[in-house]
Amino acid sequence: MGKVIVVTSGKGGVGKTTSTAALGAALARTGQNVVVVDFDVGLRNLDLVMGAERRVVFDLINVVQGVAKLPQALIRDKRLETLYLLPASQTRDKDALTEEGIARVIGDLRSRFDWVICDSPAGIERGATLAMRFADEAVIIANPEVSSVRDSDRIIGLLDSKTEKAERGERMAKHLLIARFDPGRAARGEMLSVQDVLEILSIPLLGVIPESEEVLRASNLGAPITICGQQSAPAHAYMDAARRLAGEEIEMLIPTEKRGLFTKIFGRRAA
Amino acid sequence: MSEVTVLSSARQRGTMPLRGRSYMAFALTPEPPIADWLGELDAWLRGSNGFFAGRPVVLDLSAVTLTSSAIAHLISELGTRGIRIMGLEGVAAEKLGPGLPPLVSGGRPAPVEAVNSRSQPASPPAAQDREPTSLLVESPVRSGQSIFFPDGDVTVLGSVGSGAEVVAGGSIHIYGALRGRAMAGTSGHRKARIFCTRLEAELLAIDGYYRTAEDLDAKLRSKPIQAWLAGETLIISEID
Repeated sequence: MGKVIVVTSGKGGVGKTTSTAALGAALARTGQNVVVVDFDVGLRNLDLVMGAERRVVFDLINVVQGVAKLPQALIRDKRLETLYLLPASQTRDKDALTEEGIARVIGDLRSRFDWVICDSPAGIERGATLAMRFADEAVIIANPEVSSVRDSDRIIGLLDSKTEKAERGERMAKHLLIARFDPGRAARGEMLSVQDVLEILSIPLLGVIPESEEVLRASNLGAPITICGQQSAPAHAYMDAARRLAGEEIEMLIPTEKRGLFTKIFGRRAA
Repeated sequence: MSEVTVLSSARQRGTMPLRGRSYMAFALTPEPPIADWLGELDAWLRGSNGFFAGRPVVLDLSAVTLTSSAIAHLISELGTRGIRIMGLEGVAAEKLGPGLPPLVSGGRPAPVEAVNSRSQPASPPAAQDREPTSLLVESPVRSGQSIFFPDGDVTVLGSVGSGAEVVAGGSIHIYGALRGRAMAGTSGHRKARIFCTRLEAELLAIDGYYRTAEDLDAKLRSKPIQAWLAGETLIISEID
């Protein structure tokens, strides 16, 4: 049985879709079967970041409504044969998603894949709560600035109350991924430091992704950064984050001001 | 919560004197749409089972417009939840048929505490039967969450996030950073205090007297503090 991960943040534009694609590709590179699921119905993007936008025939809503079978809607990545995409619908709205339908599709995906990674829409409305509803674990994406951190705090509260796991009285494992971290600006106090963010959110740190033009370049190329920019700093950070997600113990490296260099100023994993 | 004046009659030497007496009663104020309001009431009752059992309740209908049959239906709905209505308020007298509770008026707001203490039986129950009047929250209070505990003190083990709030009838103790709002002594308990190990609050209030982040002394920021009420001033001081 696979593990269902929701990638969520509350705030938009912090890097959920980029991170979903990068983590999914990083896990798939280890030979495990991975599906990335776009829950952003009406504003789908994951297909673009995965470079699969011209191959979309059926989507999540078609599967939920029984119009298409799951294998018909799954798109296999051209570069990694263990990586699949289940796209969202761009023309429908999120009201077409039903909780029972999502439960069935997630259950089906769980039995076929090692990892089911759900890209949540921004906000705290129905789309976001449905994306997290059946997750086993959550990756919370935050940028080092106050509005993003507060929204993440809100989302953590929802993860602890509105998910099926929380309603069963179980505790959902949560991982913090700090994206778009600019060490120079953090050092000058223009951004929150990693420690500030950790202290406010008090959940374990999965990784820190440095702000980099490479990320934008990869998105525009239609490839996860962990496929097309493997040697870049953000790709390394995503690869490490994916290995931690899979349970490996890897020393945490926080990007510092010198570009491209990593130093061990923050060796511990935050509790 | 209202104080309601109720006339009581007592037979005395063949005459029928009427005396006025004042009692405490809970006032429930339904808001439209009624179905949603009942849903909220149910959700609240799940956390406070049997709260209204055996307690006098007045139904304040000033916020809704209901026909007399709708009023009767609402009262029976409340009855199935163990809430017995002793009187109605905020509704035209001609709407009240013989089957409905009488109209009461002249209610005044009263602290919840007073009702609780009066409704307790004369002989206090054994210590182990008594419910402790404090609430322990063992996880951080996240942005958007609200902890509401009118019956006593609230202790939070962890931080209260920006955009979260803790409301307590008694004092509030936060073992962590207070970044959201803390409102203590909300039911008129002026001696309530607020304690936190790190002050980053958006708002502190005791019995309605409040200070926002802007009015807080910058020197107290990030410090362990306590806040209390001296007269009408909210005082905040660092705890060594």
